[in-house]
Amino acid sequence: MIRTPLRPLARILHARAQGENPDAIEAENRRARHEVMRDRSRARAEGRILLLGLGFIVAYAAIGAQMMKIAATEPEEPRSASSGAEILAGRADITDRNGRILATNMLTHALYAQPKDLVDPARTAQMLAEIFPDLKAEDLQRRFTDGRSFLWIKKVISPEQMQQVHEIGDPGLLFGPREMRLYPNGALASHILGGASFGAEGVSSAEVIGTAGIEKALDARLRDPAQAGAPLELSIDLTVQATIEEVLDSGIKMMNAKGGAAVLLDVKTGEIIAMASLPDFDPNDRPQPLVKGDPADSPLFNRAVQGVYELGSTYKIFTAAQGMELGLVNPETMVDADAPMIWGKFKIKEFDNHNYGPLLSVTDVIVKSSNVGVAHIAMMIGGTRQQAFLRALGLLSPSPVELVEAAGAKPLVPARWPEIVTITASYGHGLSSSPLNLAAAYATIANGGITVTPTLLKHPTPVEGARVLRSEVAKNSVSMLRQVVTRGTASFAEVPGYAVAGKTGTADKPKPTGGYYHDKVINTFASMFPANDPRYVLTVTLDEPVETSGPEPRRTAGWTAVPVAAEIIRRVAPLVGLRPQVDAGAANGLTAVSVTE
Amino acid sequence: MRPVLYVLSFLAVMGLAFWAYRENYATQHALREVAGLQDEIASLRESLALTRAEWAYLNRPDRLRELATINFDRLGLLPLEPGQFGQVTQVAYPRAKLDLPGDLGQPVTIMGEDTDEGDLP
Repeated sequence: MIRTPLRPLARILHARAQGENPDAIEAENRRARHEVMRDRSRARAEGRILLLGLGFIVAYAAIGAQMMKIAATEPEEPRSASSGAEILAGRADITDRNGRILATNMLTHALYAQPKDLVDPARTAQMLAEIFPDLKAEDLQRRFTDGRSFLWIKKVISPEQMQQVHEIGDPGLLFGPREMRLYPNGALASHILGGASFGAEGVSSAEVIGTAGIEKALDARLRDPAQAGAPLELSIDLTVQATIEEVLDSGIKMMNAKGGAAVLLDVKTGEIIAMASLPDFDPNDRPQPLVKGDPADSPLFNRAVQGVYELGSTYKIFTAAQGMELGLVNPETMVDADAPMIWGKFKIKEFDNHNYGPLLSVTDVIVKSSNVGVAHIAMMIGGTRQQAFLRALGLLSPSPVELVEAAGAKPLVPARWPEIVTITASYGHGLSSSPLNLAAAYATIANGGITVTPTLLKHPTPVEGARVLRSEVAKNSVSMLRQVVTRGTASFAEVPGYAVAGKTGTADKPKPTGGYYHDKVINTFASMFPANDPRYVLTVTLDEPVETSGPEPRRTAGWTAVPVAAEIIRRVAPLVGLRPQVDAGAANGLTAVSVTE
Repeated sequence: MRPVLYVLSFLAVMGLAFWAYRENYATQHALREVAGLQDEIASLRESLALTRAEWAYLNRPDRLRELATINFDRLGLLPLEPGQFGQVTQVAYPRAKLDLPGDLGQPVTIMGEDTDEGDLP
C-alpha cells in the first residue's frame, strides 16, 4: 500500500512560498490517515461482534434443540439383561372393567439348535425326544446331520423343560427369549379375546400378533409401544361373564341344545358387560378351524356375533313400536288378528294353528305373539318405512363391535322388499341378524328410544345416540314386553324382585338346501330389567334346544330360553349391584340408623 | 513474575487433568450403576408381571368356584342371591350405654373357675 506522506514536498514548498504554515498541511493529512484507520478498525470490530453473536445463537440453538429432543421423546423402557432387545411389555395387557387380567404376557424361551456346534447329535436327539414326547429321536437326528446350520426345535418351552435341556449340556442347543400371550382364565370370554400367535420370529425376539377376536381387531392399539404400559380395559365384568357362562352351560345341557349364546348389555352406555357363546375353547391352545363341514359347528364360532339367525317373534315389538311412533296405533287400538290370513298365495298362520281374532289390541298382539296381528300393523307401516326403521335400529348392518369377526357377520336381508317380506319381517322371518344386533336394538327401546352402539371397551359415560322413538312410545313398548312376562308366553321369566320385560322368539332353522327343518329351532329370549327403569338388556339364544319333561317334546322359547334367561337374571342382577324391589311393607315412620365410619 | 505464572498455570493444568480423570471414572461408574438398576427394574417388572399372571390364574372364577364347593362344609359359601339384600330396618339399632355411676355401666368379664396351675402374670 502506498502511504500518502504527511508532508508532501511539493505542497510544503508551495505553502512556504505563499507564507502559509506547512504544519497545517501535516495536520490535515494526519487527520485523513486517522480517519481511514478508524474506519478499518471499526469494520473489524463489527465483524467480530457479528461472529460472537452467531456463536451464541448456535450455542443456544444447540441447547434448545437438545431440550426439545428430551421433552419430545418417550422415556426409554428398561431393557432386559438376558437379550439386549426390548422384549418386555411388547403387547399391552387386556383387563376387565374392574382391572382383573384377561390377557397378559409371560417370558418364556424358544429352543433352537446350531447343528454344527453339536458335540453328539445322536445322544442330544435321544435326550430331547425324552424331554419332548412329541418329537421323534430319528427325525431330530436326521435334521441335525443333514448339513443345515440352524434349526428351530420348539417355539415355546417351560422353565422345567429349559432346565432339562440345560442338563443335556450340548453347546449346540440355544435358547431365544419369547414373550408368550397368556390367558389366565382359560376358556372364559374366549370368543371375545380370540387368541394370539407368533408373527415374524427372530432368535432374540418374536412378534406376537392377534389371530382373532379383540386381539386382532385392536392389534395396532395393543402393539403400540407408546401405550404398552396402559392395559386395554374392556367393558366385560369377569364375575358376571363367569356366572353367565356357568348358567348358560347348564341350561344348554338341560335343554339338550347344540349350543347357545347370551349377551348382557348396559342400555345407557352400550357397554357389553358379558357376552358368552358355547361351546367355547381355550385361547391358550386355540384349536384349528374346521376345514370341511359347517363352520358353525366349530367351538371357534362365536354364536353371539357370527351366528346370524332368524330371531323370530322377538322382532314383533319393533313393528308395534314403529306403529305407535308413527301414530298409526296405540296400545289399545284393536287390529285385525283373524287367522289364517291369506295374502296372495301365502297363508299366514299362528303358532299351533290358533286363532286369537277376530280383533286383538296391540298390547295383546305382542302378549299373545300374534303373527297375523303384527302383519296387519306392518302393512299399515309399509315396506319402505319398515326397512328404514330396522336400519336405524342397526338390524340390517353388521354390528360395529370391536371384534374382527363382527364385520364378516352381515345380517341376511332379502335383496328386494315386496309386501310379503314386509309381512314376514314384522314377525322376524325371512331376515336374520346376530343376537348382539338384537340386544342393541332392544337396548334402544330400553334406553327410551335413543340408539345404543354396543362396545367392548369400557367407557362409563353415556354416548349420545340418535332418537328413533319418542320416550312415551319406548315406555309403552317396555310395558307391553313386561306384560309378555306377567301374562304371556314368557311366564317363566318372572324373577322375584326384578321386573323382567321381554319377548320370546322361536324360529325353524333353515336347511342349507332350502326350506326349513321342522324339528330344529333357534329359541331366543330378548329381555330387559328392571322394567320400570331398564338398566340392562339380556338376550339368550339356544341352538336346537328341546325340553323333554312333558309328554311331548317342547321346542318353544317359553320352555327353553326363558327359564335359562330367568336364572341368569336371578344370578347376575345382584352381581351388577341391582337391589331386588321387594314389597317390604310401606315404610310407616322413621327408622333409626347407626352409621359407623 | 513470569516464571511464577508459568508454574501456576502448569499446576492448574495438572489439577484440571486430575479432576477430569476422576470425573470420567465417576461418570462411567454412574452409567454402569444405571444400567444395573435398569436391568434390575426390568427383571422386577418381569417378575411383577409373572406374579400378577399367577394371581389371575389362581383367582380364575372356575377355580374359586371349585374351591368354594370343596370347602363348603367349612366356609358355607353360596352364590350371591337376590334374597341376601337386606333392609336397613332389619338391622337393630345399637343399644345406648347405660348411664350408671362408676364401673357399673361397663361390661364385666366373667372368669372361669380357679385352677391350680400357678399364678397367671
